[in-house]
Amino acid sequence: MMTNISLTVVITLMYAAPLIFGALGGVISEKSGVVNIGIEGMMTIGAFTGATVGYYTANPWLGFLAAGIAGGILALLHAFASITLKADQTISGVALNFIGLGLSLFLCRIFFDGATMSFPVPNKMPKLLSGIPNLESHPIIQMLNLDSTVIIAILAAVIMWFVLYKTKWGLRIRAVGEHPAAADTLGVNVYMTRYVCVVLSGVLAGFGGAARSLAVVSLFSPTVISGHGFIALAAVIFGKWTPFGAVGACMLFGFAQALVVLTGAADIMIPSQILAMLPYILTILVLVLFVGKSVAPKANGIAYEKGKR
Amino acid sequence: MRKRLIKILRNPIAVSLLAIIIGLGVGMIILAAAGYNPFEAYAAMINGIVGKPKYLAQVLIKSTPLIFTGLSVAFAFKTGLFNIGAEGQYLVGAIAAVIVGSKVDLPPGIHFVAVIGSAIIASGLWGGFVGLLKAKFGIHEVITCIMMNWIALYLNNYLISTPWLKKPGTEASFEALESSWSVILNNWKLSDAGKAYMMDKPILLDTLLKTDLNYGIIIAIAVAIILWFVLRKTTVGFELRAVGNSNTASEYAGINVKKNIILSMAIAGALAGLAGALQITGVMPHRITTLAAFEGAGFDGISVALIAASNPLGVILSGLLFGSLKFGSYAIQSKIGAPSEIINIAIGVIVFFVAISRIFVILADKLEAKEKKGGSGNDD
Repeated sequence: MMTNISLTVVITLMYAAPLIFGALGGVISEKSGVVNIGIEGMMTIGAFTGATVGYYTANPWLGFLAAGIAGGILALLHAFASITLKADQTISGVALNFIGLGLSLFLCRIFFDGATMSFPVPNKMPKLLSGIPNLESHPIIQMLNLDSTVIIAILAAVIMWFVLYKTKWGLRIRAVGEHPAAADTLGVNVYMTRYVCVVLSGVLAGFGGAARSLAVVSLFSPTVISGHGFIALAAVIFGKWTPFGAVGACMLFGFAQALVVLTGAADIMIPSQILAMLPYILTILVLVLFVGKSVAPKANGIAYEKGKR
Repeated sequence: MRKRLIKILRNPIAVSLLAIIIGLGVGMIILAAAGYNPFEAYAAMINGIVGKPKYLAQVLIKSTPLIFTGLSVAFAFKTGLFNIGAEGQYLVGAIAAVIVGSKVDLPPGIHFVAVIGSAIIASGLWGGFVGLLKAKFGIHEVITCIMMNWIALYLNNYLISTPWLKKPGTEASFEALESSWSVILNNWKLSDAGKAYMMDKPILLDTLLKTDLNYGIIIAIAVAIILWFVLRKTTVGFELRAVGNSNTASEYAGINVKKNIILSMAIAGALAGLAGALQITGVMPHRITTLAAFEGAGFDGISVALIAASNPLGVILSGLLFGSLKFGSYAIQSKIGAPSEIINIAIGVIVFFVAISRIFVILADKLEAKEKKGGSGNDD
């Protein structure tokens, strides 16, 4: 029993980590007033870059870092379109999903002998206690032996919460997302703030992709990221645009994926597909019963034009 | 000369064409950077699209679901809703079609109508539910759509796992019965008389016998024209568009905003469901299979709608373009060896330039400012 619970916790967290990165990316971008539908594409390019750099350097940390950079570069395109050119942010995000996926598969075929699947990386992201031998057996230890990506994801959430709500930078970001004109009047650089937030959102989404291709599985393939970015997007709204809310939502979705894996092996009365469906149904139920109207940052999705009221 | 340029930059259709040219151009640059001859690659693609009658038939087959999901997304956009749930609605339409197609036995023609009708109802309710939650509880349609996509995916996999629908020995459902198919002249083309007639008509032989050419594309074009008419020329369409332009103004004008949100999502759902159903009735293997991930028919529809600026008639063209590029990209892969995904990148760039199409207007403004004097011209 104990083993089952600890296994469930470990697997839930493992699946939640990539989503947490993606959702945090969504939170930071939307807090500053830029809708980022392109999380999916940024996670995909992150997953590909992570696996590729991880494979060629045999160093998962370098892969993880490179994934963040790749996601950030893609996000820069989104920032340029939606902040400088005041493009429709939804359309730009949809475009980036295509570009992210297309570019990843295109480059994958070039780097890996024409296949859309990379070779497995020699080293995955380490687990917390992987240096210590002979500890695998005990359930409590097993529960503590988390992926390093899980720790980083939760740390990132804590840091983001602290910055957003306890520092003046956070106040500025929120001001820019709620009422950019007022923030501008007070001397906050709206464009710069949004640029930083959007690029950061890409970096986080890139990390999220790598958390899948370097920790959950150990390679890149077209199905490594398929809809995960969209789940992260839903987690942003479900979590009411807060870091911890998003983490909670991601845990629920992580649990959903863990259930599929766990019940696939065990024989339980309820079919695993029905179980897998439950969290999504539950999300809708929770929204209907408790959360109600979503409260997005006021200026979310609206390009800021100086001097326009 | 400059005046003509300004006019082009202000014309939305010209801007879409410009975006397409830029997108394909970027594709060539990337191909060249990766060490392939971009001209050879695109020549192979064009040959793969128009080289043989059967290629053209395949393009029509590939374009059909894209036109429908494109219409679905475009229609919701008109009412100010972002239907990211076409993916799930597509699956629900296909599921309903397979159930009625395989479990019910009706005469040809009637069976097809029953299959399509049930798919429209099922996916219409599926989409309408999203609208209902938005109208009654103010829940963002994007989050409900994403949840409903996953529920549809697992519903699909669950039903295929039950002995009721699972064909023994496969990871798929039973096939829809032949009486429900929408393949063009299916009986005739396989009969001796049909084969004898087509013997010396290579075009017919190529398109009918070697592909699943079906009535879907005709239905798609007809539906697009009907939608265009409804949106432009009827009160229902006016109300839907009014809600899309301004919720509060519509309410003030006495339009029932909530009803229109539900109606819009239900119609959008039905359109995406039609894509799934016609795929079942029209194309081999006429069944649904277990899915490990989304196949993207609904997500592609978002791009199709965006390139067409949500105009139903434009969706026909952008759906055909999208279908051509997708099918033609296989030829790039097989003839040149360059990754076919170059076309996904090109499509992404096209959509990106649609998103930033404002720069074309800004450019036109700048050119006009330089022009200074002279008549303003009657661009509208």
